[in-house]
Amino acid sequence: MTAALALAKRELVRFARQRSRVVGAVAPPLLMWVVVGSGLGGSFRPAGAGPAGATASLAYFFPGTVVLVVLFAAIFSTISVIEDRKEGFLQGVLVSPASPFAVAFGKIAGGTLLGLLQGGALLVLVPILGLSVDPVALATAGAVLLGLAFALTSLGFLIAWSLDSTQGFHAIMNLFLIPLWLLSGAFFPASGAPPWLRAMMAANPLTYGVAALRQALGGRAPDLPGAGLSLAVTAAFAAVLFAAAAALVARMPNGPERGKLRP
Amino acid sequence: MSSLSSPSPSSPALEADSLSRFFGQRRALDGVSLSVAPGEIFAFLGPNGGGKTTLFRILSTLLAPSSGTFRVAGHDPMRQLEALRRSLGVVFQSPSLDRKLTVRENLLIQGALYDLGGAALAARSDELLRRFSILDRAGDLVEVLSGGLARRVEIAKSLLHRPPVLLLDEPSTGLDPGARRDLTALLSDLAKEGTTVLLTTHLFDEAEAAHRVGILDRGRLLACDTPAALKAKVGGDVITLETRRGDGAAALAAEIGTRFGAEAGHISAVGGVVRLERARGHEFVPRLVETFPGRFRSVTLGAPTLEDVFIDATGRLFRVDEAVPPEAA
Repeated sequence: MTAALALAKRELVRFARQRSRVVGAVAPPLLMWVVVGSGLGGSFRPAGAGPAGATASLAYFFPGTVVLVVLFAAIFSTISVIEDRKEGFLQGVLVSPASPFAVAFGKIAGGTLLGLLQGGALLVLVPILGLSVDPVALATAGAVLLGLAFALTSLGFLIAWSLDSTQGFHAIMNLFLIPLWLLSGAFFPASGAPPWLRAMMAANPLTYGVAALRQALGGRAPDLPGAGLSLAVTAAFAAVLFAAAAALVARMPNGPERGKLRP
Repeated sequence: MSSLSSPSPSSPALEADSLSRFFGQRRALDGVSLSVAPGEIFAFLGPNGGGKTTLFRILSTLLAPSSGTFRVAGHDPMRQLEALRRSLGVVFQSPSLDRKLTVRENLLIQGALYDLGGAALAARSDELLRRFSILDRAGDLVEVLSGGLARRVEIAKSLLHRPPVLLLDEPSTGLDPGARRDLTALLSDLAKEGTTVLLTTHLFDEAEAAHRVGILDRGRLLACDTPAALKAKVGGDVITLETRRGDGAAALAAEIGTRFGAEAGHISAVGGVVRLERARGHEFVPRLVETFPGRFRSVTLGAPTLEDVFIDATGRLFRVDEAVPPEAA
């Protein structure tokens, strides 16, 4: 555990020394939120939801924006794995006796905390948007964010570990991670979507994370999965991705195809 | 600490038996066997693509061999991976320090990876930093250090857990001559204290400073002995004739053979250069110059170097452009 703690702490220290990362993770989602939320405000009438207008629209997009901040934070904290492993800091970690679990957990726990901090910081906007502000709701939202941050950082780690170039990561981000977010109910509700899209959204684990966060913040939508199911799926999503990440680290030293991944 | 992590006095620091690694059809490492005793400095000398990096990656447990076995300090990587890793300090060719952290922060994380901590780790870090004369830079970010200083921190980091075996990949890469001399002295001190030093290099003078040298070319260990013994196998002196345009070397070699026969010693023509290995070379040089005036641009006479050993072993010059396509390892 000493090793995992040291690796997690490293993430926080590095973050504190690279302030630009905050801007990179928080600014784009916020900008998109304000522009899209305000722009669509005039024509915005989510099915079954309350009053239309810019505030309702901003409130609708809010949980998805927080999740996007967490996703970006996860990407920023894991993309370094690609270069670190080939010719950087991780080389030394990989030849140390630290267990694969400790290596994966240290990195992912550090990234999770950063995602939680950045996503959580947005919750100060909750009262302005007229969303639920009671302590239980905020605590639930925090717990959901923790699960989401852990899941998404694990996902970023899994992707980064398997790649040998940051360009590859950008491609996967555009082809897979952003669509994953778009189809999570963050951007549009499933109710108005055609059946094939609804099926994809129902199969998307992130849908349940966004739904859990929306419900924790008092958001309403008739076709959201239930709170219990949403929390359970989010927790399972995080657990499965982390297990896969740890297994991937464990596989490396004597993996038969390691040669392909050489720098 | 535990009996697992300390080598038994009798076990060699490194034992390799028929280590091979294939990448598809290519044999990056081909049947390498050797044994290195505790306290030895052993240099793997070879051109780029010779198999050094593949061997380094296997010994550092980053890459599994396709076949063959090895033990570090008596530990088998398949069964005692953790114990093996505890007995090995690894210095990579590319920096493994976190540039955004200070020197001391880097050492403390490294210690944590080896289950060290608290006052003992702090004291050990300071001890190493003092020894490497970098204690005054302990609070600096690694990114502001010079290459030579950063390399010292790398080595200090690899020694934190007192490994009996230190493995270094081309350690003098990017160092100026002064820093290179410091490094050689440092490795020599470590060996005197009982640490086994295994290093890869493509520099003859770096290999010269080792107790024993293994010549790696195209994945095979072609020769393995002390530098003196390796050079003694080259016959007497080495006379080198550099031909004018690089094309006449083979013809000139043939003519020298015809003219002088066995007297000329062992003749070879490699890459525009005719080499003669012969005892009492100084007596032969004037005769060569008189017999073949204007046929070569320069003539040199010298005691054999490790480069001569390499040429003898491989029939090729030790140059990157003549090596097999670089293994991308």
